[in-house]
Amino acid sequence: MRDVAIVGVGMQKWGELWEKSFRDLFVEAALNAISDTKVSKIDHMYIGCMTGGLFVGQEHVGSIMADYLGQRNLAATRVESACASGGMALRCGFVEVASGMSDIVLVGGVEKMTDVSGDGATYALATAADQEYEVFHGATFPGLYALMARAYMDRYGATRDQLSAVAVKNHDNGLNNPNAQYQMKLTVQQVNESVMVADPLRILDCSPITDGAAALILCPLSRAKEFSDKPPIKIIGCGMATDSIALHDRKSLTSLDAVRIAGERALKMAGKTINDINVTEVHDCFTIAEIIVSEALGMFPAGKGALACVNGETRVEGKFPINTSGGLKSKGHPVGATGVAQAIEIVHQLHGEAGKRQVKNAKVGMTQNMGGSGGSSVVHIMEVA
Amino acid sequence: MFPARVAREMPHRYRLEAAKCRNCGAVFFPHRLICRECGHREFDTINISAIGKLISYTIIHTPASQFKDESPFALGICEFPEGVKITAQVVDIAAADIKTGMSLQIEFRRVQTDGHAGVIGYGYKFVPVI
Repeated sequence: MRDVAIVGVGMQKWGELWEKSFRDLFVEAALNAISDTKVSKIDHMYIGCMTGGLFVGQEHVGSIMADYLGQRNLAATRVESACASGGMALRCGFVEVASGMSDIVLVGGVEKMTDVSGDGATYALATAADQEYEVFHGATFPGLYALMARAYMDRYGATRDQLSAVAVKNHDNGLNNPNAQYQMKLTVQQVNESVMVADPLRILDCSPITDGAAALILCPLSRAKEFSDKPPIKIIGCGMATDSIALHDRKSLTSLDAVRIAGERALKMAGKTINDINVTEVHDCFTIAEIIVSEALGMFPAGKGALACVNGETRVEGKFPINTSGGLKSKGHPVGATGVAQAIEIVHQLHGEAGKRQVKNAKVGMTQNMGGSGGSSVVHIMEVA
Repeated sequence: MFPARVAREMPHRYRLEAAKCRNCGAVFFPHRLICRECGHREFDTINISAIGKLISYTIIHTPASQFKDESPFALGICEFPEGVKITAQVVDIAAADIKTGMSLQIEFRRVQTDGHAGVIGYGYKFVPVI
């Protein structure tokens, strides 16, 4: 396998972007990534997109985006693994370059979620759960994570305030990210008193509905200097794992095996331990998700993740900084784009360009992207080459 | 809901039929073609017990559109003696009386309807033990 580097990144400010279409969102982010490099020709493109069909009635995503990117006849592949589609696209692009099949690969992700009503978005997202044995009975995504949250609180004695601390911390980080959808400070009390969505989860425990796209340019590490003057960011670990998509089919409601196994695979490939990781973007689609993921990745023992956040261990200056970008919670969660944008934050951190949210001496970073209630997860580890 | 899609699930939803692996005894609901535990491909059909234990629940306030009329409603996961866990609504009980660890009975109920003239989706819900 060849060493693979990220040499360019691009996205836009995320939000409820009425004026921007599905195709414009993607092309804007892709052009920003291309402009971040000296690349003129792409060999292959991978696009993470969960459900263009349900959100805007558009499938055949690889072809339409290649055309509108001004790259007619480009080889293009759309990748889907629910909310982990972006991370899966990065994994595919990594393999494409590592294998020697292509040299210049654009990895992108996109989701246009606000053209449908709240009901429509709930339905579209719920297709990532077991349609006949969860959704048929009324399960929603906040509902599934609420089942995990209650089980976690019952088992470990975690409190309402501890869940809220995750949202407060991520919004504090998002305040310093100009691309974040919700740049606003939250208090524990505001989260505790926000509207109930699926007891015990309230609206401020949930990541928002977002329009957005993100893109990266990958190339062989040996050619990185041709395309960028910045230090290349080498992808040193890549792990993926699946699990049953029905939450009830798992051994435990309070752990995430797909995350644990994907993390172990990525760390093994990178030759690192979790203590070597300086900054991590995790899939905080709900506050409880960040807590359980931080345990599954080995940062904290089972049942200690909630307290670790309250104690500041996951803040920018803590031992394991998590979601310096604001996470899905504050930055937004256009599902297909999220995994790609997580990698962009790590690139900014490793380049020392993250401004007020910069982690000091960040040399090694990690991203963890997750599909559904934990039915899939992708982990990447990167370092400055 | 297409009628065939509903009909395919009837053995599980109407009769609580599960598949027990003839090699290792693992039980699956709904049935599978290959055992997740040992890879064996032959199963016996068994029925899930009527009473299970609630291991977690939530009260859903923002449901999908076909459940709007019932909102808020309780959704739970019960574990049954066969080792199977099932997700369904918890009904005929006030939200404040639902407690993790309580025993609940699984009962045949109407789960959702496809408009005024469409297919009625029957299945199961959890109710207090009589």
